[in-house]
Amino acid sequence: MRHTLSVVVENKPGVLTRVTSLFARRGFNIDSLAVGTTEDPTLSRITIVCSAAETPIEQITKQVHKLINVIKVQELDPADSVDRELVLFKINAAPERRHEIIEIANVFRAKIVDVGRNSVTIEATGATDKIDAMEDLFRAYGIKEMARTGKIALTRGRES
Amino acid sequence: MSERITGAEALVRCLEAEGVDILFGYPGGVALPIFDALYDSKQVRTILPRHEQGAVHAADGFARATGRCGVALVTSGPGAANTITGIANAYMDSIPLVVITAQVSTAVIGTDAFQEIDITGITVPITKHNYLVKDVAELPEIMKEAFHIATTGRPGPVLIDVPVDVSKGELDFAYPDSVNLPGYKPTYKGHSKQIKQAVSLITRARRPLLYVGGGVISSEGAKELKELAELMQIPVTTTMMGKSVFPEDHHLWIGMPGMHGAKYTNYAITEADLLIAVGVRFDDRVTGKLAAFASKAKIIHVDVDPAEIGKNKAVDVPIVGDAKNVLAGIVAELRKTDAESKSEAWVAVIDEWRKQFPLHYGGHEAGAAGEHLFPQYVVQRVSELTKDRDTIICTEVGQNQMWACQYYTLRHPRSWVSSGGLGTMGFGFPAAIGAQAGRPDALVIDIAGDGSIQMNTQELATAKINGFPVKIVILNNGYLGMVRQWQELFYGRRYSASVLPQDCPDFVKLAEAYGCFGVRVEKPADLDAALQAAFDFDGPAIVDCRVVGEECVYPMVAPGASIDEMLGGVPGCPVSEMLDDDILEEVWE
Repeated sequence: MRHTLSVVVENKPGVLTRVTSLFARRGFNIDSLAVGTTEDPTLSRITIVCSAAETPIEQITKQVHKLINVIKVQELDPADSVDRELVLFKINAAPERRHEIIEIANVFRAKIVDVGRNSVTIEATGATDKIDAMEDLFRAYGIKEMARTGKIALTRGRES
Repeated sequence: MSERITGAEALVRCLEAEGVDILFGYPGGVALPIFDALYDSKQVRTILPRHEQGAVHAADGFARATGRCGVALVTSGPGAANTITGIANAYMDSIPLVVITAQVSTAVIGTDAFQEIDITGITVPITKHNYLVKDVAELPEIMKEAFHIATTGRPGPVLIDVPVDVSKGELDFAYPDSVNLPGYKPTYKGHSKQIKQAVSLITRARRPLLYVGGGVISSEGAKELKELAELMQIPVTTTMMGKSVFPEDHHLWIGMPGMHGAKYTNYAITEADLLIAVGVRFDDRVTGKLAAFASKAKIIHVDVDPAEIGKNKAVDVPIVGDAKNVLAGIVAELRKTDAESKSEAWVAVIDEWRKQFPLHYGGHEAGAAGEHLFPQYVVQRVSELTKDRDTIICTEVGQNQMWACQYYTLRHPRSWVSSGGLGTMGFGFPAAIGAQAGRPDALVIDIAGDGSIQMNTQELATAKINGFPVKIVILNNGYLGMVRQWQELFYGRRYSASVLPQDCPDFVKLAEAYGCFGVRVEKPADLDAALQAAFDFDGPAIVDCRVVGEECVYPMVAPGASIDEMLGGVPGCPVSEMLDDDILEEVWE
């Protein structure tokens, strides 16, 4: 079972290590991790996607919440939150196939950010399943390199 | 109002402001500015142990015996590394400590400088929180926060790493009055709706049981616990960490639960219809097979740490809050209801079990008239001879510890100092030194094994030189006894690496080598006189009791078994077969 946790922490050195090592220690696998500052420069938001086979997610959120530098921990309900990921694909693209690749990119509203002699680099943002779908299509051409940021997420409007 | 002083001086001022009067400190290169500043303190007495592990265990024992925060100060690198076992021990048992480690200068941190170690990195999993002070101006605020975090909520150890340039640097000193920790707001008051639910369960219960742990000791909730127990006539079982919070000569105290709990205690848990768990964490040494633990009971769980509730066992009524507050809340609510206890028959049943399945050992050979010196008898005599004195019992870890649990009768809160969660051999003696430092008028006794005591005997020097008259009673059986017991039961008596020659070292001579008193006991008839001589001696003393070698701690629940399946002790039938008895029927209607 996959869970998305949004953890607001004090923006201080070493806090990320405290949070991530807690996951490792308690046997939770982190699938994706994204960190950045919030509207308040003294705070950072860590978005963690993790999978837990048996232990209930409640236990890890309680443990995370115990950390002194953690202000808030929230499990995000997919139906009530927006989430995005940014990805860069560098795809094998001989000149004769470039056109098809660009067309796929357009369908996904992705951007071409670099073109080489035999490659195209594409930037895309979106929900994880959209990125997964693109990745799946581009595999047929050969993905030379790929970088994903991991998911960032916020609850929808009604909550702060 | 502020004043320009060095970081080291500021650190000492902070300690003084926190009311610290005893610190266990071992110096070294980069710690010297701080030790130099301590030299001038009229308030803080620095006690030099003989090993940094001893310093932290002593601070821990001080905290357990007094309820105050223990403080240890060591140097960087190996000094800091040597504190790790002590810190982990305090963390597992939720003991308030502030451990200050000196660090190489900020300019060389991260270069593998001489005596450098990343102690904050290492101690993240075993501290409640830790700090690396990078700027001398932050030091007062960090010290204030550290003491606050260590002593509030669920207590625990906090480490502060102080680079040498920080302790040498200067600041305008002012000690803050309050802390600002937006992410740290412990809940002390139990939710009133939950308390009402708990009360409703308590008033209906026929077979209630209070299952009480260290959390009630740290919240100083002994009085409220006793009130609740007596008001509703609820039997009380205290975990090893909870020992001493309820008087063990009280008719409602029914012993310690779990792996080496008495049969009647474990039967009571198995048959209870309501378990009121307060300041306990459902540790595996208590529960055995989780699914079978208190499986007939509704469970109320009170804990100041929300992460403990539901961690191991699902509960019916969770109450996050300070044990003392919540117990007081429950009592107040109960008084409003005029509820009467329905547990009279249940208490009688447990008393019947107590008669049928008492703790016992050695059969007819036990006692002063017998030939053989049984370890349990030694503990019983220590208990008897000290019952009218203000006594603190410390233990090492292993058989000695379990026999102390079973055969010493504790009467006052904070009279028990023993390593629970981590099970640290070598803890008891330095912890006893700390306890004695904090409670100079008490008789402090370390009940030890010949294995455990050899892990920190160097602290005999600390005890002697500082005038701490700690008494060490060694249950010397020539084995790592608990290891041997497991090898006997589960490894076909193949005593691999568990045999210790009984006369090596000669503990009497060892005591004498440090200028302490030593006496050896081989026969039951000589025991009382030897113990009395040691207790009366004005200084540290060792009583080397040569006890029966192959005695085991019984009853015992094998790992993974449910707690009513006990080995050893008085042979008994399973609880279910006893239910036919007329006396019992009414209770199980």
